[in-house]
Amino acid sequence: MEIVNIKGTDDTPSVVLDKDGGVFEFSGRSLPEDVQQFYGPILEWIKAYGEAPNGQTDVCFKLEYFNTASSKMILDVLLAFEEINSNAGGVTIKWHYHEDEEDMKEAGEEYEDIVDVPFEYVEY
Amino acid sequence: MTKIAANQDFLEFAYQLYHTMQANEINLVYEGVVTQEITRTFTALTEKNMVKNEESNQVQRKVFNVMVECLQNISKHADPMSDDENEERRGIVLVSHGEESYNVITGNVVKKEKREKLEKSLELVNSLDKDGLSALYKQQIKEGKISEKGGAGLGFIDIAKKSGNKIEYQFKELTDDLCFFIIITTISRN
Repeated sequence: MEIVNIKGTDDTPSVVLDKDGGVFEFSGRSLPEDVQQFYGPILEWIKAYGEAPNGQTDVCFKLEYFNTASSKMILDVLLAFEEINSNAGGVTIKWHYHEDEEDMKEAGEEYEDIVDVPFEYVEY
Repeated sequence: MTKIAANQDFLEFAYQLYHTMQANEINLVYEGVVTQEITRTFTALTEKNMVKNEESNQVQRKVFNVMVECLQNISKHADPMSDDENEERRGIVLVSHGEESYNVITGNVVKKEKREKLEKSLELVNSLDKDGLSALYKQQIKEGKISEKGGAGLGFIDIAKKSGNKIEYQFKELTDDLCFFIIITTISRN
């Protein structure tokens, strides 16, 4: 599969989606003007990946900040991985948060309540 | 009025503005078009100031968070004064800070017909505690859709959640159809 490698900016996150390398990572800040334009192709990629996923898929979220419109799109990303997990299994969400960013940890816990995929929390 | 007298008045106004800003510890004041670019610039500026003041990471992030939601509310939802729907979205933005807290104040024109809906959602958000806000957030994020304007209907919930305080608001009547909608969010410094 084609590797997605989007470099982050002040208002969009870095995204790496690499099936062969086994890297699935979202980091930085997400407050784009048009969330659907940014996340649309990413959701397409995940859907295609779901056709023949790796045995194990560790999805790393290391976000500093996301706005509410992005939070909805991040839920869609998580739901796409949930579907892969229910079909093929092997998906784990590794939710990173900075040690004094309680809000980011809570955001992960809220997603965990909604999405049926195992979450692991990593403090940095 | 002669040109010199007008200039004198303006100088007096600028001086008074300076005093008012000093007295109220206002860091940023703006009236104009609010775009993504303005949002980026103002949040970066405020962040820089907070770093200089050695503000904690958590407070910095909360102020950033509230500013983004408030500014994006204006750039997505402000109504124009004229009938031209394509007119750019404008509003006022004020950020102040004192010993205890930061205040983020934003205001914009809205059609009167939207007032009731806005009041209802603000009253609901203000009636909830932390767990209630979290439950409402989860319900709305599951059921809501990204609107045509690019919002998720989560802005006020998030502002209340992150600030940990009630959102103060006011509507001032402008014309038969329009009012000026102001919200004040307080973020405690400790």
